[in-house]
Amino acid sequence: MADLTTNFVGIESPNPFWLASAPPTDKEYNVRRAFEAGWGGVVWKTLGSEGPPVVNVNGPRYGVVYGADRRVLGLNNIELITDRPLEVNLEEMARVKADFPDRALIASIMVPCEEAAWKAILPRVAETGADGIELNFGCPHGMSERGMGSAVGQVPEYIEMVTRWCKTYYDKPVIVKLTPNITDIRKPAAAARNGGADAVSLINTINSITSVDLDRMCPEPTIDGKGSHGGYCGPAVKPIALSMVSEIARAEATRGLPISGIGGVTTWRDAAEYMALGCGNVQVCTAAMTYGFRIVEEMKRGLSAWMDEKGYARTSDFVGMAVPNVTDWQYLNLNYVTKARIDPEACIQCGRCYAACEDTSHQAIAMKPGRVFEVIDAECVACNLCVDVCPVENCISMVELAPGETDPRTGKVVEEAYANWTQHPNNPMAVKAAE
Amino acid sequence: MTDTLTPGIVAGRLSAKEIAANFADLHAPLDPHEAAVAADRCYFCYDAPCVTACPTDIDIPLFIRQIATGQAEAAGHTIFEQNILGGMCARVCPTEDLCEGACVREMAEGKPVEIGRLQRYATDAVMARQDHPFSRAAATGKRIAVVGAGPAGLSCAHGLARRGHDVVVYEAKAKPGGLNEFGIAAYKSTDDFAQAEVAWLMQIGGIEMRHGCALGRDVALAELEADYDAVFLGIGLGDVNALDVAGATREGVGDAVGFIADLRQAADLTALPVGRNVVVIGGGMTAIDAAVQSKLLGAETVTVAYRRGQDRMGASRYEQDLATSKGVRILCNVSPVAIHGNGAAVEIELEYTREAGTDLTGTGETIRLPADQVFRAIGQTLAPPDGIARAGTKLSVSGPGRTTRDKVWAGGDCTPGDDLTVVAVAEGRDAAADIHAVLMGDAG
Ligand SMILES: Cc1cc2nc3c(=O)[nH]c(=O)nc-3n(C[C@H](O)[C@H](O)[C@H](O)COP(=O)(O)OP(=O)(O)OC[C@H]3O[C@@H](n4cnc5c(N)ncnc54)[C@H](O)[C@@H]3O)c2cc1C
Ligand SMILES: Cc1cc2nc3c(=O)[nH]c(=O)nc-3n(C[C@H](O)[C@H](O)[C@H](O)COP(=O)(O)O)c2cc1C
Ligand code: SF4
Ligand code: SF4
Ligand code: SF4
Repeated sequence: MADLTTNFVGIESPNPFWLASAPPTDKEYNVRRAFEAGWGGVVWKTLGSEGPPVVNVNGPRYGVVYGADRRVLGLNNIELITDRPLEVNLEEMARVKADFPDRALIASIMVPCEEAAWKAILPRVAETGADGIELNFGCPHGMSERGMGSAVGQVPEYIEMVTRWCKTYYDKPVIVKLTPNITDIRKPAAAARNGGADAVSLINTINSITSVDLDRMCPEPTIDGKGSHGGYCGPAVKPIALSMVSEIARAEATRGLPISGIGGVTTWRDAAEYMALGCGNVQVCTAAMTYGFRIVEEMKRGLSAWMDEKGYARTSDFVGMAVPNVTDWQYLNLNYVTKARIDPEACIQCGRCYAACEDTSHQAIAMKPGRVFEVIDAECVACNLCVDVCPVENCISMVELAPGETDPRTGKVVEEAYANWTQHPNNPMAVKAAE
Repeated sequence: MTDTLTPGIVAGRLSAKEIAANFADLHAPLDPHEAAVAADRCYFCYDAPCVTACPTDIDIPLFIRQIATGQAEAAGHTIFEQNILGGMCARVCPTEDLCEGACVREMAEGKPVEIGRLQRYATDAVMARQDHPFSRAAATGKRIAVVGAGPAGLSCAHGLARRGHDVVVYEAKAKPGGLNEFGIAAYKSTDDFAQAEVAWLMQIGGIEMRHGCALGRDVALAELEADYDAVFLGIGLGDVNALDVAGATREGVGDAVGFIADLRQAADLTALPVGRNVVVIGGGMTAIDAAVQSKLLGAETVTVAYRRGQDRMGASRYEQDLATSKGVRILCNVSPVAIHGNGAAVEIELEYTREAGTDLTGTGETIRLPADQVFRAIGQTLAPPDGIARAGTKLSVSGPGRTTRDKVWAGGDCTPGDDLTVVAVAEGRDAAADIHAVLMGDAG
């Protein structure tokens, strides 16, 4: 059996599945249930400064995007940070940590961008025995209007500054949680590193309006006829988050910076993918909110079974393994030529590949009498669209042309050597280099 | 007390409650969530095989997508554009042989998209409000006589009225609907759907219904030809084939179509008599329907006796399975030789048969089954009107229902082709288009 124990920036947890700072980690009651269900760690719902807590709206705070059969694909929320007093949260955190010493307990914090505010809260958090802190620079709604959350996360200088304060006034690991509502994710990550952060976690939620009520003409969720953008999360955001994670994992300025992967983790496979792209662990919110805490059992068993199958003894054996294979477009091998192949045995004759290729791709599929569908190699550019739209898995595959074969589309013989755009004759820069 | 074991042909074998449960909707309507899930399974195929398989060419992927996007009524309109009796067809079509049989998901996993039930969902949505999706074109001044208010006649009448013609429907019976009203199994068309559908269809306007008016009895074809610009015959198959065996006239022997018509018209099914031991001769849809409904009325044993192998039965596999699931026994390769009794039928004697190609020979071995009621379901035949050439047992037509007489068109069961509601609708529709084209002078 694979060993799921992880050590993330010095914080031990029995497995890499943490609950992200959000409603599942809002208070002692939830967190105890989560630990009893087997979660490796929690990032407590974001704490604010001492004094009267923030208030939430009293109408719907979630909106959702469904797939088939009301499967939750995306969730949007306009919830703020904790609306419970700081002292209550701190007392609860201390109690839970004492009872579950083997689990990771991280305090998420969002206080005004002033040194005094951070200096005030950090010692109090330290007293709870929490294993570390996460700086919430992500929340894209409400808090950002008050100059916190993503308003800070969008300014790398602020990130660096606040991180430095935290490293000054707190001696355990500091994780900086990044907002995806920014053009280049490498900038805030580098700022966090420069400020001394032990790790970054990403992503927080993405600005979103999930839907519009066409009768009342207002965005949803709707509060008394008005709506405000919220933060989007759940399976729909995973591709965006994975790309951001990979950017940080491979950029010169941030390479090697530990990452806690967040965004749409719903199954063991999602977690494995984040980890392959360089995350030391993952955090989960929407999946727990959709299915309850018990899903962690599937995640643990699934990851463990897959690791056994692959021969990975511990998570660190495969963390980051996919990073070297993430590259820029310009370095992709242009001498790699494939053609779509339809397996007539598997084909159920729906014609979707035909419609897709005929209407929107390269007219490379022939529809023959008897609903027989065949790829025309002389037209196929290997875009993969037919594979993607075919309802039958593995019915259409991409077959590589071996070096020496002629590509009937271009009439060129496939070369063995790797060649990319930087060397291509059509590239004006390449021609210059050759001269 | 009367129950399933009471000998003879008696009423009240089951309680009103049991009868109500037995004759409830065979396929309960989908609720909105079920419809969304079912609709989501459609792949929106290119040149979809289900459409090809639908005799009325309903744009199935389109209407299913409309359901999926939350517009059931718009989906209903898409259906009605092609098939004005889409509501009835959703209930009675042997979809396993038509659209669903051709669905790629049938090929993929043996579980087609539930096209029939989705069609019902969409058409019900429109009809729930009795909303009629079409309006009439400007009046053309042309008048057309439609004979028969079955699916073929109704479809033709609507198509003509919609194009601005005035239509008079001559219907022999006191009620419209044809076999929708008198033939279709009760559990397929519940809540008096056939009549509701006709009322809804008539909202187009321009259709006058003359009940109790039979061609050949109350009005002659020549009269219609003289009085109208065109005539459409949708008279179905009026006669049933006779059973030529000893004892065929004994009390208790009857024809299945008549039994079903009585059943469909009965105000109270507990008052409808049925035998204790029922044997139905035949292998088509009518045989199955008579057998199943006998069983549902409370007969103790019901046997369908078919003279050839099961694979040759006219009833679809689905219908056969439905029958056996209700407790009907299907006995194949047996042919009736005599009905024994003493006045009334008591037993039926059947001889085993052997098939060699299309030849059928008796083996000489016979069995006897108790039978106090025997139904003939060995086919219906045309009661042909005078003066129209026939092709075999049906009216001869070319193209979209043109008979050998200039002004006379025909469609539905009285013309060649499958005897199905949906085929009748298609033929009535196409004849209407052709009549219109001819009358308005742009026919090819
Ligand atoms: C028991 C039974 C069950 C069936 N079940 C199914 C099923 O589940 N699914 C399916 O698709 N099909 C089924 N069918 C077949 C289907 O009912 C017919 O194919 C369809 O009704 C044919 O329509 P039609 O308009 O041609 O004829 P009909 O429905 O027979 O209508 C003909 C109409 O013309 C009238 N008429 C006849 N002669 C005259 C005259 N001389 N003058 C005036 N009016 C006249 C009749 O009274 C009747 O109203 C079944 C048939 C039977 C008998
Ligand atoms: C209702 C809700 C409230 C959240 N509140 C916080 C918060 O207080 N602090 C924080 O850092 N992130 C918060 N998040 C963001 C999540 O921690 C997480 O980053 C995001 O949901 C992406 O993960 P997921 O796709 O697994 O849900 C919240 C998310 C949701 C849905
Ligand atoms: S890979 Fe692209 S171009 Fe080739 S057949 Fe498929 S859809 Fe057409
Ligand atoms: S999409 Fe797939 S299943 Fe459908 S016709 Fe093309 S190859 Fe066959
Ligand atoms: S064949 Fe089936 S999946 Fe394809 S369009 Fe028709 S109903 Fe949809």
